[in-house]
Amino acid sequence: MQDKILEIRWHGRGGQGVKTAAMLFAEAAFEGGKFIQGFSDYGPERSGAPIQGFTRLSDGPITLHNFITRPDVVVVLDPTLLGNVAVTEGLKPGGKVVVNTAREPAELADTLGVDKEQVFAVDATKISLEVMGRDMPNSPMIGALVKVLGLVELPWVNKTFEKKFGAKSQKVVDANVAAIKRAYDEVRGTAA
Amino acid sequence: MAKTGVKTVKVPLAGNDAAAHAMKQVNPDVVAAYPITPQTELMQAFAQFVADGEVDTELITTESEHSAMSACVGAAAAGARTMTATSANGFALMWEVLYIAASLRLPITMAVVNRALSGPINIHCDHSDSMGARDAGWMQMYAENPQEAYDLWLIAIKAAENHDVLLPAMVMYDGFIISHTMEVVEILPDEAVKEYVGPYKPAYAMLLDEKPFTVGPLDFHDYYFEHKRQEIEGTEHAPAALAEAAAEYAKISGRHYGPLESYRADDADVVMVALGSTAGTARYVVDVLREQGKAAGLMKLRTFRPFPNAEVAGALGNAKCVVVCDRVASFGAFGSPTFMEVRSALYEVPERPLVINYVYGLGGRDTGPDLLEQAFAEGFRVAETGEIKQHVGYLGVR
Repeated sequence: MQDKILEIRWHGRGGQGVKTAAMLFAEAAFEGGKFIQGFSDYGPERSGAPIQGFTRLSDGPITLHNFITRPDVVVVLDPTLLGNVAVTEGLKPGGKVVVNTAREPAELADTLGVDKEQVFAVDATKISLEVMGRDMPNSPMIGALVKVLGLVELPWVNKTFEKKFGAKSQKVVDANVAAIKRAYDEVRGTAA
Repeated sequence: MAKTGVKTVKVPLAGNDAAAHAMKQVNPDVVAAYPITPQTELMQAFAQFVADGEVDTELITTESEHSAMSACVGAAAAGARTMTATSANGFALMWEVLYIAASLRLPITMAVVNRALSGPINIHCDHSDSMGARDAGWMQMYAENPQEAYDLWLIAIKAAENHDVLLPAMVMYDGFIISHTMEVVEILPDEAVKEYVGPYKPAYAMLLDEKPFTVGPLDFHDYYFEHKRQEIEGTEHAPAALAEAAAEYAKISGRHYGPLESYRADDADVVMVALGSTAGTARYVVDVLREQGKAAGLMKLRTFRPFPNAEVAGALGNAKCVVVCDRVASFGAFGSPTFMEVRSALYEVPERPLVINYVYGLGGRDTGPDLLEQAFAEGFRVAETGEIKQHVGYLGVR
């Protein structure tokens, strides 16, 4: 039997770095020794169109090659998707939803159709604007997911950013790492 | 470090990047290509290697795929190790030149990043592009994942250039599903790849041989047939050349690549046949069904041309029902290509299994475990009742 596979589905809009987040999170897990898959659903590539990214993590080889339709975790990069896109469709019972929003997690439970204990919120847009100077919510959402998931560690994420962007600009790496750390600290659920 | 003692490195790579890495390490003399989704990133990555001086390949950016394959033919005939890549309609535009490459016995190798042929226009995966060219004289191998996209291209080069074969080879991997999916890929060191493919020794080279000769002259009812017979003979030598190339590759990589791969199929009542990325999903489903006590198995077909007839018969002969999945429609035919080949291979098996066909995943239609379980369920029904209700079904169509 194959090892258990953890499945993460990312929702956002074209231009927000959904695909990049799905890939970077997979790469970070790889740094920690996990087997990984990172991919996305390629649509008409319009900026602003709703899109999905996917990450699979496991302790063993992953041979599945299909979209993630029953995710363990859903990450929503754009709060305007709520109520417009069925982001929690197929979410496993007890599965977690991490949303980029200034609102409180409990307020979102009804819209998402899940229990409030399943919802986690972080204002990734605000963090992104304040730390990186532009609205790029994908990096802070990675930080929030690290906290909520507890399976991938921050140093693995930092190492991934260092590897990917270190040669280009240390400033970019530092800003991302700072945004990730802040979202890691600020993400909140109802249980805590 | 691989078990073989070769110092390898594991990196997360999408299929296109894995294939580009293979190209880089081979450092071919000539690459001629035209961009098309989802092959684009492969050629983009390779063009970057050229621009950065990491290879000294002559990269010819042609104005179409017809020209790309024509340039490959010219380069290969001149005596250059030649590679290219394409998808879907670009592949279709190469059509007449594919046959010419094979008939001139030019060991060009090509990655085909599988994509549905228009129309309606679609950028996603099915096998309608490469399956249409199954009689073009090229060797054809389907990769399941980015690792195989890397490995099989290297093996293909060695087999194609074998002087008993001298045929072009294409390595397929599923568009987006593999080309744009990042997985962990084990990369061999540059030196190991260089040593494996070796310096190129063309059998005939227009620009290198001292004795001049003609390539591609008229060939009517006097000799055309004989030349085609020789081409067929080259194809007949291909399985041994592929096996030899794969055996040598196993020595450095630790990975063994036969023409097919059976998974829990020996004692299976129902065996699914699949190519490419779906074979991976099917392997997962086999495990799920085995947990439930159902005797399910998988036969992944890796080499489609030359078709491993005897091996297929041997691998499937004990099953009660064989469920063949085809990511392509063969209009007006009795079932799709893999079904036809598999069913034919089983004709002389003493107690031949019943064989059913499912067409699935056209235009990138997502095919997950649920759909494959449906196909298996019908396979078990057929195995139990001995009755086929429908030879050709459609999986996941509304």
